[in-house]
Amino acid sequence: MDSAILITQAINGLQLGILLFLLASGLTLTFGIMDLINLSHASFYMLGAFFCASLTLITGSFFLSVLLALLATGLVAFFVETSLIRRLYHREHLDQLLATFGLLLCFDTLVHIFWGPAGIVMPLPAWLNGQVGLGGVVLPIYRLIIIGAGLLVALLLYWLVAHTRTGMLIRAGASNRVMASALGVDIKMLFCGVFVLGSVFAGLAGMLIAPITEASIGMGNDIIITAFVVVIIGGIGSIKGAFLGAVLIGMIDTMGRAYLDTLFALFMSSNAAETAAPAISAMLIYLLMAVLLVVRPQGLFPPRLR
Amino acid sequence: MHQVRGIATFVIMALLATAPVLAYLGGAIFWIDIATRLVILAIAAVSLNLLLGFAGLASFGHAAFLGIGAYAVGIPVYHETYGGLDWLASYSGWVHLAVGVGGAALFALVTGAVSLRTKGVHFIMITMAFSQMMYYALVSLQDYGADDGLSIDLRSEFTGLNLDDPLTLYAVCYGSLLLVIFLSWRIVNSRFGQVLVAAKSNEERVRALGINTYRYQLVAYVISGAICGFAGVLMANYTVFISPSMLEWSRSGELIFMVVLGGAAFLFGPVFGAIVFILLEFYLSRFTIYWHLPFGLLLIASVLFIKGGLSGLLTFSRAGTPGASVAGNPKE
Amino acid sequence: MLNTRALHKEFGGVTATDRVDLQVTSGELHALIGPNGAGKTTLISMLSGMLKPDSGSIFFDNQDITGLPAHVLPGLGLARSFQITSVFTELCVLDNIALAIQAAAGHSFRFWTNARKDKTLRQPARQYADRVGLLPRCDDTVSNLSHGERRQLEIAMALATQPRMLLLDEPMAGMGPEESREMGELLKTLKGDKTILMVEHDMDTVFSLADRISVLVYGKIIATGSTEEIRANPDVQRAYLGTAADA
Repeated sequence: MDSAILITQAINGLQLGILLFLLASGLTLTFGIMDLINLSHASFYMLGAFFCASLTLITGSFFLSVLLALLATGLVAFFVETSLIRRLYHREHLDQLLATFGLLLCFDTLVHIFWGPAGIVMPLPAWLNGQVGLGGVVLPIYRLIIIGAGLLVALLLYWLVAHTRTGMLIRAGASNRVMASALGVDIKMLFCGVFVLGSVFAGLAGMLIAPITEASIGMGNDIIITAFVVVIIGGIGSIKGAFLGAVLIGMIDTMGRAYLDTLFALFMSSNAAETAAPAISAMLIYLLMAVLLVVRPQGLFPPRLR
Repeated sequence: MHQVRGIATFVIMALLATAPVLAYLGGAIFWIDIATRLVILAIAAVSLNLLLGFAGLASFGHAAFLGIGAYAVGIPVYHETYGGLDWLASYSGWVHLAVGVGGAALFALVTGAVSLRTKGVHFIMITMAFSQMMYYALVSLQDYGADDGLSIDLRSEFTGLNLDDPLTLYAVCYGSLLLVIFLSWRIVNSRFGQVLVAAKSNEERVRALGINTYRYQLVAYVISGAICGFAGVLMANYTVFISPSMLEWSRSGELIFMVVLGGAAFLFGPVFGAIVFILLEFYLSRFTIYWHLPFGLLLIASVLFIKGGLSGLLTFSRAGTPGASVAGNPKE
Repeated sequence: MLNTRALHKEFGGVTATDRVDLQVTSGELHALIGPNGAGKTTLISMLSGMLKPDSGSIFFDNQDITGLPAHVLPGLGLARSFQITSVFTELCVLDNIALAIQAAAGHSFRFWTNARKDKTLRQPARQYADRVGLLPRCDDTVSNLSHGERRQLEIAMALATQPRMLLLDEPMAGMGPEESREMGELLKTLKGDKTILMVEHDMDTVFSLADRISVLVYGKIIATGSTEEIRANPDVQRAYLGTAADA
């Protein structure tokens, strides 16, 4: 096994994990705190990508575009929360699913109307497009940037939840809505803030991946399910669980796709391995989820007081 | 007011039986096409309603069963034509049915055994995830066209039935729908069904009576999956094409939409839901290529403003109907 | 008939059941009383398999039933009624009782015959309805029943599982005087026939019906004895009767 390739794959897995974390953190917070199941989370991932790609084409500056796109995504999220989402918090989960599914269809179509049916490619500035050598392994700088950005968000969230007044409120809200009300917390504001923050992180994930894949309609609709798997594995409402779950899923998925055929070839014909490996590796994370649920139905880090 | 619903149901089912056929005989070939799709989706929705409406289990992964049923036609036909997998290769409709229904039931048994260990949101997400797993598994199958899917060269062969004839295919599908509704009716009113309905209303109480609800819900899940697999077999014979896109989770969402719109816990409700869905899709997409926008808005509006679904609107009092509320898992 | 040994349960550091030793002998009506928050429902929930104890054990008929899931116990002959009435409100009275009979009959994997026309369910269901005085309301949907009638239905359902022992969680809760009297009469008819452990707030009922009484305070059993012994017990008077006259 080539160690350089192994390291590259590990970096890829980590990068996927980071993207999943950015998506799953918002999902797990809205689940845990507002008891909301939100399919339209996928739309903010897509919107972030489209906003950022367009702005880059207009302004020419990657960083400025990211900042503006974050702001734009947040504004959309704010509008959506105040006009629709807040009416859903007390509804049945099935209602939430259908309404946010409708919202997702709306966003997909709106993007279609504004940007056309084809995706848009997002250019990277030359200095981000390069590679660095690290002990004989050549790594694309941009992937490292994604990982760095994700880790930064993770630290920010950790600090927010563990050490700030807002974080205390979030945790208070997470364990007991009524108590938070009684303490004089403006629940409406808090919920709105959490929703916007989660959506902005989803948007950030979309922006970060856009230069690699391009921005396209419905780009979030598949990865959102993987993010659900992360939330289930990590335990609903747990940021720590979301982070570890995301990295775990990212790694296993990437490594499975890269090495499962080699592994299978050890005990079956290489022909059979080549047929079986892709199917199994595609199912790997779901199998992991199934096994984990049998052992721990509440996920790795179940919230304490729910 | 049950009579009103009864009469409305009868009229709609009669119209569904006759109108497309008359249109076809009159030269408007196209309506029977739409009606066939409608009826097949209605079968899938009826199967979902067994879980969602009567057992209160919000499965968000029924597209997987549809897909399994469809691939159970596509794969044997492909191998019968191009060789390989001799044990599976066949044009026979009975083989397709056995593989489709059996495969869907098996998938339901395995995934249900895991998902039913959880409740509420967990259950919704896990059924969704397992369906997505099937989707990715099929995408990875290069032999069957992966992402692009596969054309089916020949429809399932049943002696004495020519499914290539649109009228025959429609008759088979319509007959199947009636059969499936009849089956659901028997199941819902049986001892088994009583346990499900009661567990929907208060699972802990049923357990306190000495009934292991998990086993009943798992069997219900398998029955529902098997029926949906059956719908998938019909679907493949209708589209003559299979692709992983049949298993996209948005398909599951559409099925849920049909069930909820039709009013959960009413046997014919999903048929109404399917009619509304198909007509919306048809007219909206004729009006604009952006038809998902008004459809999405409608979905949001119907969640916010309608309670109990459309068939709930056809009746004033729903007392006496088991499990009258829209299914799902009550909060808190 | 039902014994617990050092049964213990905590919720987040708060002790709800504190090493409880409880003995219910065969044939008696044993009442469990105690002020609000004493942990009576927690105890009943553990006895009926709804909650798992942290430590200690429960014996029913000399069989260790600790930690057995709730759905197994009725099969052993231990049935429970609920404090918060939890009958199936969308179904009619007979449907509710029939479900309990189904449960007692073994499995319910019968998919074809209409359960509502099944004589082996409907006839005994009528008998149980009659036994608790609900025969005239047999075909009414439960949502149309009064609170008292629902509690009677609870008892009928518990009886329909053909238990040897009943766990009754506040059978009189929320009842008016007339309804309470009727329920008292019903319980009297059951007494002697079934072993009963009953949690109850209504002191008149408890002292007129119970053979023996156990007093639970802050998760601890502070006294067990006949009605006279309990009345005379100074600990009980101090901890309970003296302070909670409204109970």
